Amino acid sequence: MSKTHVTTTINGEPVEFLCDTSQTVLDVLRDQLGLTGSKEGCGSGDCGACSIIVDGRLVCGCLMLGAEAEGCRIETIEGMAAGDHLHPLQKRFVEMAALQCGICTPGFLVASKALLDRNPNPTETEVRYWLAGNLCRCTGYDKIIRAVMDVAAELRETAR
Amino acid sequence: MARVILSRSFADLYAKGQVEHEVPGLKVRHLVRTLDERFPGIAKHLENGVAVAIDGVLHQNAWLEEVGLDSEVCFMPAIEGG
Amino acid sequence: MSARTYKWIGTRPNRPDGADKVTGRARFGADFNMPGQLVGKVLRSPHAHALIKSIDTSAAEKLAGVKAVVTAKDFPEQENITVPAGEMQVNLRDVTRNIMAREKVLYDGHAVAAVAATTEAVAKEALALIKVEYEILPHVIDVEAAMKDGAPILHDHLRTEGVEPKPTKATNIAKRIDFAKGDVAAGFRKAEVVVERKFTTQPVHQGYIEPHAALASASEDGQVQVWSTTQGHFQVRGFCSRLLNIETSQIRVTPSEIGGGFGGKTVVYLEPVAIRLSQKSGKPVKMVMTREEVFRASGPTSAGVVEVKIGATRDGRIVAAECMVALQAGAFPGSPVGPACMCSFACYDIDDIKVVGYDVVSNRPKVAAYRAPGAPISCWGVESAIDELAIELGMDPIELRLKNAAKQGTKTHYGPTFNRIGFVETLEAAKSSPHYQTPVKRGFHRGVAAGFWFNVGADSSAAAHVGEDGTVTVISGNPDIGGSRASLAMMAAEELGVDYEKVRPVIADTSSIGFNFVTGGSRVTFATGLAVVNAVKEVVRELKIRAAKIWEVEPEAVVWENGMAKPASTNVGEFEPLSLSQLAAMAGKTGGPINGHAQLNAQGAGPGFGVHIVDLAVDHDTGIVTIDRYTAVQDVGTAIHPSYVEGQMQGGAVQGIGWALNEEYIYNAKGKLDNPGFLDYRIPVASDLPMIETVIVEVPNPSHPYGVRGVGEVPIVPPMAAVGNAIARATGIRFLDLPMSPPRVSAAIDAARPKMAAE
Repeated sequence: MSKTHVTTTINGEPVEFLCDTSQTVLDVLRDQLGLTGSKEGCGSGDCGACSIIVDGRLVCGCLMLGAEAEGCRIETIEGMAAGDHLHPLQKRFVEMAALQCGICTPGFLVASKALLDRNPNPTETEVRYWLAGNLCRCTGYDKIIRAVMDVAAELRETAR
Repeated sequence: MARVILSRSFADLYAKGQVEHEVPGLKVRHLVRTLDERFPGIAKHLENGVAVAIDGVLHQNAWLEEVGLDSEVCFMPAIEGG
Repeated sequence: MSARTYKWIGTRPNRPDGADKVTGRARFGADFNMPGQLVGKVLRSPHAHALIKSIDTSAAEKLAGVKAVVTAKDFPEQENITVPAGEMQVNLRDVTRNIMAREKVLYDGHAVAAVAATTEAVAKEALALIKVEYEILPHVIDVEAAMKDGAPILHDHLRTEGVEPKPTKATNIAKRIDFAKGDVAAGFRKAEVVVERKFTTQPVHQGYIEPHAALASASEDGQVQVWSTTQGHFQVRGFCSRLLNIETSQIRVTPSEIGGGFGGKTVVYLEPVAIRLSQKSGKPVKMVMTREEVFRASGPTSAGVVEVKIGATRDGRIVAAECMVALQAGAFPGSPVGPACMCSFACYDIDDIKVVGYDVVSNRPKVAAYRAPGAPISCWGVESAIDELAIELGMDPIELRLKNAAKQGTKTHYGPTFNRIGFVETLEAAKSSPHYQTPVKRGFHRGVAAGFWFNVGADSSAAAHVGEDGTVTVISGNPDIGGSRASLAMMAAEELGVDYEKVRPVIADTSSIGFNFVTGGSRVTFATGLAVVNAVKEVVRELKIRAAKIWEVEPEAVVWENGMAKPASTNVGEFEPLSLSQLAAMAGKTGGPINGHAQLNAQGAGPGFGVHIVDLAVDHDTGIVTIDRYTAVQDVGTAIHPSYVEGQMQGGAVQGIGWALNEEYIYNAKGKLDNPGFLDYRIPVASDLPMIETVIVEVPNPSHPYGVRGVGEVPIVPPMAAVGNAIARATGIRFLDLPMSPPRVSAAIDAARPKMAAE
């Protein structure tokens, strides 16, 4: 079984890898590249724990093949903080207790960032529908939604 | 004398249907020992998988816990929880 | 309300594991790897009930890359006895059959064999090469069908426990239990209004987002290391020790961060299998369940039938209550029918009560604990019936509950007389909440329900180590599901009088701290919190001794205040207070390291009560229920970290909303689970919900130094009835069966239309 050679950019760094044609991007990230921040909760695109951003689009890592990453720009949870500075979403999630067990947290953060990158002023309903593809079983979503709304307001304030 | 209360099932199965018992003893283990003299064989059912409420305070795996002279001591199924 | 003032208790500092969890650095079950590890996969039964005639693994063993294959033959037979496995009572004969089927498969998804191979692809190929010859048997899923004469029998040796004389015929009813108070027949004779109804629930899954995962490494000298995602690594050790005949000291279990459990990760599925595969192959073996395996083979909770009868006088005094609860245990005995029976009427002060429970096996995965196990099922029935009673009597549902509320001195139907409890305070808080004080919006309807859970204490160990710079490490042995590290560190900081940031909590493996019972039952902040407080007290005692040595006075002459040793009075002498860091720096000269340890069986867990309020609308055409507003009110004793207390209340409420409106296991005619995935087993998503408001009531538990009761279990108890009660008021239809999913709601509305038109 011959492997596919893939050249891509992950969190701003050029990365090359060899993968089986059946491997998902999530498998490659977790098993080959050691980037285990993206989680596998279902393997079928239902839970969003593997959310990553590919060329600016929010994608479930478990639904995209490794081979499809050729030439793509991939952002994962590991690239969200700038050096030792947490992204405002990361910071507010901790401060506002928007996580309990934390397994869904990387996915929520990546998805929330994708939302705020394109819509800096979302309504609560927009946040809830955007994040409807990310499952959380611990929090009842309340504190997650509040944190995202809060960060959106904060980012709008700094942008002014 | 402590007032020992068995759950309905315990009473029916091991204590001839009697729910309430006046039992002397300073510790839970003494109560169990005395009850076992009255109802041979009951001790093993009261010592494992059982919770004991002494005056309304819940104890798991109680054995050496002290019992007051007028205490109400209830034996009931143990509680695990999620 | 709490009268004491605290520096840390009741504040909202950042959790100690926060940064790791928002950066992807935290390591969960599937994130552990070892060099040279193999991939383990399980072959599962496609049948609900079948005899295993033969298993041929020879072709799989020959496949290149396969390093080990195991079946039930590789696990020692166990006696049919109930034994403690780490503090839990388990029947080993059943547990070994649940992790690997022996004579029979008992449910769709039951493990039959497992392989370890160099890659996942090879492992999957090997599973396909294992030939299992089955003789398919008739199956039974539904609890009432399983109880009937002539039902397919799961276990030929099973006789109903708790019935005299002991039955001689094989049955699926594993146990009958009875609770009684007063004379229920006489009680009902006093009743002027009687509500009698039969309710049902479907099985629901805990739905943790992280699938089960375990990595095991067995070495040639008999030692075993396990990394797994669990609510109790000491239980993993206990189970593996018993199931594989390995001494506990030879097994070291390290818990990963846990991606949700809710009771479902208190038992073992993969760990013993991974160990056995590792022993046979001589390599580390990693096993991770797929989501489908999680649904088909790991613990959901019971489905149940609840028959409730409640009698009251016209003035709203409940005079008698009766309840029958039958719960599915799954393939092996052991449903939470005991707590279901005990919780049923625990909220109310009623003179005459009778409750009967049945534990029933059927061809479904063996149930595991799920948040307040059993209570949500019986309380769905009881709280719906109470609401119907309120409507019949024309009473406000909170007033009716207040009139009958259990309080200090109320004797429960399961035995104990309540000590200090806060149900009345919780009801009053619900009544005066902003939500209840606001009129319901046009088009919406309001429902209310209450719930109870005992909370649990049990065994905990903890240690506190003072570093050479005076900062403190707090070591405990309970996996942190929802922020317990923060609450433990806060209690330690409070007790020591130092900054929260100076205290670092860690969770130790089974070889690095003494025994701890599972994280569950809402016990960690209470019981392990007590152990931490005691360990810190020991540190403080030692610090006073060290200060006394430095000052050359008696230890009794030293007091500890605000993180400093001070002379107890001016009589002692003029000494500058010594800080923790000063004493730590002098530790070598004054007697060596300063540490404290504590171990205990925490007694006196404080009962918790909750009241939930929901406003919702029902779309009469589609049957879709839209929740507009939701409030959870609960007595938590003392909220150590209010944000995580609120989080527990919100999360539990939303799990309950899912149970009420959507979640259910759906089996086809062959007994195969039809919806083993998040697409078809629909848990609530963000767009289904409003914000979940919380009202924290604090009636401190006298058995805990900070008054902790526990919080996580209670909030899943009221939601189903609260939602059902609101739907009843919205539609005029009393729903008796969960879930109240759109097809069921619209069908019921359609069925009622001609009747309503005729009236």
